[in-house]
Amino acid sequence: MIWRIEIKHKKGIFDSFAAGIHKDIIDLGIKSVRDLEVVQIYNLEGRLTKEQASTVAAELLINPLTQTYAIYAQNKYQTKKTIADIHLVEIAFNPGVMDPVEESTIKAIKDLGIGEIAAVHTAKQYFLYGKLSRHTIEKIIEKVLSNKLIQHEVVDHTLLGGDQEKKNSAHFNLIVVDLNDASQARLLEISQQGQLFLNLDEMKTIQAHFRKLGRNPTDCELETIAQTWSEHCYHKTFRGNIRFESYENGKKKEEVINNLLKSTIVKATYEINKPWCVSVFHDNAGVIEFDEQDNICFKVETHNHPSALEPFGGANTGIGGVIRDTLGTGLGAKPICCTDVFCFAPPDMPEKDVPPGSLHPKRVMKGVVSGVKDYGNKMGIPTVNGAILFDRRFVGNPLVYCGNVGIMPKDKVEKKVYNKDLIVVVGGKTGRDGIHGATFSSGELTSESEVVSSGAVQIGNPIQEKKVQDALLKARDRGLYSAITDCGAGGLSSAIGEMGAELGARVDLDKVPLKYDGLMYMEIWISESQERMVLSVPQKHIDQLLDVFAQENVEATVIGEFTSTGKLELYFHNCQVCSLDMSFLHDGILRLTKSAVWKPSKEKEPRLEPKQNLTKTLLQALGHYNVCSKEWVIRQYDHEVQGTSVIKPLVGVHCDGPSDASVIAPKFGNVKGIAIANGINFRYGLIDPYWMAISNIDEALRQIVAVGGSIERIAILDNFCWGNPDKPDRLGGLVRAAQGCYQAAVSFQVPFISGKDSLYNEYTQGKESIAIPGTLLISAIGIVEDVRKTLTMDFKSAGNLIYCVGLTKDELGGSIYYDLYNCLGKSVPVVDFPAAVKIFKKLHQAVQGGYIAAMHDVSEGGIGVALAEMAFSGDLGVNVNLSRVPYQGKKRDDYILFSESNTRFIVEIPKEYQDSFETIMQDVLFGLIGEVTDNAHFIIHGVTQDVCIKTTITKLKDSWQKPLRW
Amino acid sequence: MSKIVKVIVLRTAGTNCDEETASAFRNFGASVEKVHIQQIIKKKSILKDYHILAIPGGFTYGDDIESGRILANELTQHLSSELKTFIKDGKLIIGICNGFQVLVKSGILPGNCAQKENNRDLFNEEVTLAFNDSGKFEDRWTYLKSNNKCVWTKNLPKIVYFPVAHAEGKFITRNKTILSRLKNSGQIVFQYCSQDGNVPAYPQNPNGSQDNIAGITDDTGRILGLMPHPERHFFSYHHPFWTRFKHLEKYGDGAKIFENGVNYVKKELLGS
Repeated sequence: MIWRIEIKHKKGIFDSFAAGIHKDIIDLGIKSVRDLEVVQIYNLEGRLTKEQASTVAAELLINPLTQTYAIYAQNKYQTKKTIADIHLVEIAFNPGVMDPVEESTIKAIKDLGIGEIAAVHTAKQYFLYGKLSRHTIEKIIEKVLSNKLIQHEVVDHTLLGGDQEKKNSAHFNLIVVDLNDASQARLLEISQQGQLFLNLDEMKTIQAHFRKLGRNPTDCELETIAQTWSEHCYHKTFRGNIRFESYENGKKKEEVINNLLKSTIVKATYEINKPWCVSVFHDNAGVIEFDEQDNICFKVETHNHPSALEPFGGANTGIGGVIRDTLGTGLGAKPICCTDVFCFAPPDMPEKDVPPGSLHPKRVMKGVVSGVKDYGNKMGIPTVNGAILFDRRFVGNPLVYCGNVGIMPKDKVEKKVYNKDLIVVVGGKTGRDGIHGATFSSGELTSESEVVSSGAVQIGNPIQEKKVQDALLKARDRGLYSAITDCGAGGLSSAIGEMGAELGARVDLDKVPLKYDGLMYMEIWISESQERMVLSVPQKHIDQLLDVFAQENVEATVIGEFTSTGKLELYFHNCQVCSLDMSFLHDGILRLTKSAVWKPSKEKEPRLEPKQNLTKTLLQALGHYNVCSKEWVIRQYDHEVQGTSVIKPLVGVHCDGPSDASVIAPKFGNVKGIAIANGINFRYGLIDPYWMAISNIDEALRQIVAVGGSIERIAILDNFCWGNPDKPDRLGGLVRAAQGCYQAAVSFQVPFISGKDSLYNEYTQGKESIAIPGTLLISAIGIVEDVRKTLTMDFKSAGNLIYCVGLTKDELGGSIYYDLYNCLGKSVPVVDFPAAVKIFKKLHQAVQGGYIAAMHDVSEGGIGVALAEMAFSGDLGVNVNLSRVPYQGKKRDDYILFSESNTRFIVEIPKEYQDSFETIMQDVLFGLIGEVTDNAHFIIHGVTQDVCIKTTITKLKDSWQKPLRW
Repeated sequence: MSKIVKVIVLRTAGTNCDEETASAFRNFGASVEKVHIQQIIKKKSILKDYHILAIPGGFTYGDDIESGRILANELTQHLSSELKTFIKDGKLIIGICNGFQVLVKSGILPGNCAQKENNRDLFNEEVTLAFNDSGKFEDRWTYLKSNNKCVWTKNLPKIVYFPVAHAEGKFITRNKTILSRLKNSGQIVFQYCSQDGNVPAYPQNPNGSQDNIAGITDDTGRILGLMPHPERHFFSYHHPFWTRFKHLEKYGDGAKIFENGVNYVKKELLGS
């Protein structure tokens, strides 16, 4: 029996959810929807009486003050889709997609004493008022009300009932793939049909291995190898060989790079050899020392491909995944903050420019933000830092970087799997979700991706993960397990394969708790169902461990044990379905040699006429999507939960100025803190990825120095998002960027502690392949001794002096200024390392002395934007003279104002500290460029002393806030 | 009898402000335990061991159905008589954010539960916290006018500054009579206001609450529920523009609330 309960808002009660949907429809350009009403549907399955169903509705499902309900027997329910100008649309989840509220609603119904409930399925009914054609309605359904990958329009209500997935119970049948006799063409066909994303050489390696064994592989063995060897899991490009051809000053240079990662990024860390680096590059996250008792770990991941198809779910599970990295670092760390960086196409992109199969960038952005908000807020982890950048080339491939920081006791860093330890899976149940995620993200997207790879899309359940966290940290503190890994890409296959690599493992797949019956052994093995972790538990602790998880209502199940056989052995219905040598699985991969070419940019410097009045240009720069306020996004993130927030992402008198780095004090009542920042600018990379990498690192360090951090306690992370590395030009850029990373890290003596790459970010449409601009995110974390000595970027007080520290050069290549004229240019900003290190250190000294009132790093939009942001954030005016800015280059006001030279800061100093400050800074370049004023006027004099900018802070702020004031 | 103030911080799936709420009480010398509701339901008598029940912020059960609803249902179905005894015994309850949502949806606020004899009255929802008018979750700082009719708000400054972080915080009463009753009995202890204490507009009133109500107490003044987070302005460096202050005190506006709770128990319940 199914009871259908429809819940409506009472007349006169404002429904803000419905209002939001209505606004999205209007944003779509459809003005004919006059009004919109939303009805929440709960379908209750089980042997409930009508009275019981009514009790559930009245006492639990409705808010008695704001809502009313109606109840129907589902099999008798009938409705007309259109009556006059009222159109009715009902949207429900696809079979197999987790209904996020089902579990908790069933629990609550049982709390009411109604144990007959078997299942709950929700749906939403929309009443659209207005004259609408079916075509328009379909557009609304597609663009606003649903995503067909996870939802559908309910057409026939009588079809409802019983989860379709449950009926799919297949008979067990072991599948063996005839590989040994396969021709080359057949090998490729097998790879393609199985969505293995393995190339011919790799397929041949596997064939040779099994020929030697004298048998064919099972589908499960083949799949396990594909998962393990995927770009996503193995990072073949970074670890392989590269034949690199570069041209400098017209001269060709050739070299073979053996393992790009080890010869650049990892190499830098070992050369720098900081004693406070605890664990680098081998665990889920990099670990550094925090204080006497604790370490801090930091990891940033990408979740680009899933977010392209289902923005909410993709970002949601991206955050969930990186949080599990923290939970699985060492013996588990407590997540203390999130950072999120996104790249989208401009939100105002015309619909006609969006390629088929792609979602509109505004929808992608809203979905991604919503997904991050949902997961981070519900887990209770503050999202403290981020960035959002825009470029048309991200239309098919948005970038979603999710980062997480954790804290862990010093004695919980080491983990080790022992022979005979039990394999325990904890957390969510396993379903068909996310099959092929790892291999899917190792290929390019096409307009068919949404059809082929729909299984790779999922929705997360943050409360499930929070429960896992609560139970896990308890078990950790009691020492109940010896090792832990998260289930991410590749699911159990990757987690257990990795944990048992040195020993061997035996798993009974029948024991894995399932969401529904009928999953085949292989689906269980590679499913990427969310919120699961794998533990290695000594037998003597197993009862205690299971008890801890039971107390928190978290499922924990023994599914096998680690062995000393050196084999990965899987069983299903007592039949062996996989028996792979761990050594072949992990070391049998062929080292690829790829070709890479890098040629200097052919871009030229644009010729722009100098202008006397730059007021309008500054307003435009502030309104550039990459510069403008991201308050609309930041407000939706809980950035203060855990009570640790010291420097928030929004600062200043009105709590709306753009902070440089965020600072938190992770231990309540203890003033030791951490600062989190990021550096990202793909536009420099369009000219030269080498200087992009260096500029990004400089930017991340600047931001931490700007809030008072010291570069001697900063660690950084790299995250590369690149196009197809099988194309030599794309790979050439990647090599340049990695080389820049090495150079900057060693020169600044700032180590990398972790990193990740996401390649194949291309979108094939017909014959054309659109690659994203090669994008490198540098995330930085600094340890702050006393958070009470940190500072913010808002001007504090009229009469204070304004300094510009660091040398400005006419480096406008890739700048926002050029972009306003649709130019890229060539003069990419470089870094003078010895000067930069000195600037960072001297400024830190001045902060420690208490001389600095405000400081802001100069980045996109140059001095002009930095000064404007400091002024309106402090509600104060400025009077500045550009002729006093330390400058080298063609003397033009626009160049000085908008150049994006690295290692520069605007600093506010109270007059009484002028001497002290200047004494500290004596051997670095700085200029006293003006004064803070209390009249709200923003005045800048050019090199000829004439006024080049004259406006008010209100106008500046309005231009800066307007673009994303949604 | 022991002279230690004992606080129970209620936890369940999705609770996430338990640690800082516990730390806030500990800071003033209380002994605090974070206890999962499942353990309390298993052994209901343990509630007797505590003087203060704190229901912290979070997203219990993911805000499924609506915020606070499922935990409220659990409390009223399993622990109603224990809760009534707790209140009758003159003990204290505080619900912050999601905890406030639980208190109103279980009918513990606006209260009079101790007097009510049958269970149904206890669960009568007279007020609620609906979706914000903005339609979204927002984290922002709000100025609040406070009154000291409640043991938790004694000696607070007239205007305090706390952050809110919620999607469902719009305070509504079932009818005008209830609203006037709350007003007349001084049960409205926090109201959103402008920086200088005047009538707020959005976003000063961040959610569209009736009469700008941000927090209420029961008729005994011992139960407090509020949407803003005092534990997030516990230290002065939590303030969003503390870097503009000439001198930095140790505590922010929120600390006093926890201190008041602990001191009340010491004086009135422990007699010290």
